[in-house]
Amino acid sequence: MTQGSVGRWITAVALVLLAGIYVRALAFTPTELMQGPAQKIFYLHVPSAWSAMLSMGLVGVASILFLFLKDERYDRFAAASAEVGTVFSLVMLTTGPLWAKPIWGTWWTWDARLTLTLMLFFLFIGYQLLRSAVSEPGLRARYAAVVGICGLVLLPFIHLSVYLFRTLHPRPIVLKPSAPSLPPVMLVTLLLSFGVFTLLYVGFVTQRYAIGSEPR
Amino acid sequence: MPDLLRHAWLVARKDLQVEFRSRTALTLALVFTALVLVVFEYGRDPTAVPTLDLAPSILWVTFSFAAVLALNRAFHAELENDALEGLLLSPISRSSLFWGKLGANLVFVALVQLTGLALFVLFFDVPVWRVWWPLILVMVLASVGFIAVGTLFSAMVVRTRFAELMLPVLLLPFLLPPLIAAVTVTAKLLGGRPLSEVLGWLRLLAAYDVTFVTLATLLFPATVTE
Amino acid sequence: MLLARDLAHAFGAVQALDGITFSLDRGQTLVIFGPNGAGKTTLLRVIAGLIRPRRGSAEVEGGRRAIGWIGHQSQLYGQLTVIENLRFWASLYDVPAGTVQERARALIGRLGLERQEQQPVRTLSRGQAQRASIARALIHDPAVLLLDEPFTGLDRLAAEELRTLLGELAADGRASVLVTHSVEEGTELATEVAFMRSGRFAAHGPRAGRDAAALAADYRRIMAGA
Repeated sequence: MTQGSVGRWITAVALVLLAGIYVRALAFTPTELMQGPAQKIFYLHVPSAWSAMLSMGLVGVASILFLFLKDERYDRFAAASAEVGTVFSLVMLTTGPLWAKPIWGTWWTWDARLTLTLMLFFLFIGYQLLRSAVSEPGLRARYAAVVGICGLVLLPFIHLSVYLFRTLHPRPIVLKPSAPSLPPVMLVTLLLSFGVFTLLYVGFVTQRYAIGSEPR
Repeated sequence: MPDLLRHAWLVARKDLQVEFRSRTALTLALVFTALVLVVFEYGRDPTAVPTLDLAPSILWVTFSFAAVLALNRAFHAELENDALEGLLLSPISRSSLFWGKLGANLVFVALVQLTGLALFVLFFDVPVWRVWWPLILVMVLASVGFIAVGTLFSAMVVRTRFAELMLPVLLLPFLLPPLIAAVTVTAKLLGGRPLSEVLGWLRLLAAYDVTFVTLATLLFPATVTE
Repeated sequence: MLLARDLAHAFGAVQALDGITFSLDRGQTLVIFGPNGAGKTTLLRVIAGLIRPRRGSAEVEGGRRAIGWIGHQSQLYGQLTVIENLRFWASLYDVPAGTVQERARALIGRLGLERQEQQPVRTLSRGQAQRASIARALIHDPAVLLLDEPFTGLDRLAAEELRTLLGELAADGRASVLVTHSVEEGTELATEVAFMRSGRFAAHGPRAGRDAAALAADYRRIMAGA
């Protein structure tokens, strides 16, 4: 099987499983008492944030490997991962407000996780803009790798500074976005969702990488 | 090590010489700073929001804009007659070149920031003399790391399309941690809070600076060697 | 003085250099003729250390300190005067201050730039800037000269002057590599000649007394074959 078709199979399986998650989330997982049905977006929102971060992490790692080993396959992987990461960040950024509005009455909140993903989104956009602005492939790969590594190193600082900022400020919000003590049923759904989104990541990146590897 | 610093100094001095001959970027940055401060002054309602609450944000937004303006000029002069090629052909190390550029950028930004601070005190009548040295410290700490990344990126961006647009877009996420820290610290300082409350933030800024100056120094050669 | 071994380099899928090997001694001048896209500039850049080749190595005795580059761009700072430029570039090569003054004077005299010495480079005419650029390349007394199509854009008189100068420099014991696409311009200076095409030397050997016409004929013959 070619790389592209392997990717398509993985994605297909992941999408089927995703549908399964939907079913489980909607029908078989109890509705949260205070937040109501809108809370179920949580099963999409949180794992897509995870996938976005996984994407960035792998862009960074691939970039480091590219600069050391000079193998352009790492660059193609990084490019694929960045594109997929952009999509996942967008999902996260759109499901966030959709969840927040019915529950908190506001479209956006500057908490640590949301802000981190917003910055992640900007990093991905910047990365792709840079790639599109450089025509020579060797130069493009090196430039992208530099930005990728810097982006990866930046993430813990963003998280830390926003987290410190938020915890030292009184929170106007009564409800917490995700309770640390989830009932087992919900936890299982969430973990399954994490798994599916990781699988989706693998599927998407494999397909995108395969497209990138095609001879022009 | 001594060679590194000596060569960096030569590059930085040349940069500043070139900049002060033309004065365009400096003038632009200073005028822009004054303009932003004036806009903030007329854009707020003095009866609704006390100056002290807004002051840190105003100050640091101004500094951020000025810094990005300053960074745009960093590699411009090198491209004119391809002097950058000459720098790369010379026996100085890539790190010397980077540190020279970084040094010149820091001096440039410091000039703009000090002027901005003076204008700020003038326009907004905020008492800074009590905390002038911690304020200077946070201005330095908040700028170094960000300018290091900015210098690194401007070396790349200067040869791409849409260079002036690309740089702010790439730099925005890197602005967030130092900005958050700086605004918080400035607010606490102007509000008369004890220094112990800002130590944690200052440590975060120092960690950010060390990390990114090191990273940028390590990555710079990849942007100029093929 | 200069040794290139099996140099190979590619830009993406394009093979720019495909196995170049040659050596050069003191006083020798290698002139490389070839069409655009043959890889001549890439070869020079690899020798100068600007590009790390995918395969092979290029060694210049004395490293970057011993190399002087003359190309299309002047590599000078428009805002600085001729003498300031010379001082700056000399400082990067660690030329002692006293020596710089003497040498700068001598070069400015030799190149006819006495009246332009204190003028900013951006006010110079194209020809004057070119001469200033040559002064820049020679200020650190390099043992090896790399010339990338140096006659481009020069009028007859200027080209003749440049040829005379290069002849003097070779007589002093410098090794030079000159790339050009024009057989007429490079002939007299060459002690060695190479024809380059698609990243390879299609022919390489001593000039052996051939004049421009003979070289042109050989060039046409060899480039047409295979």
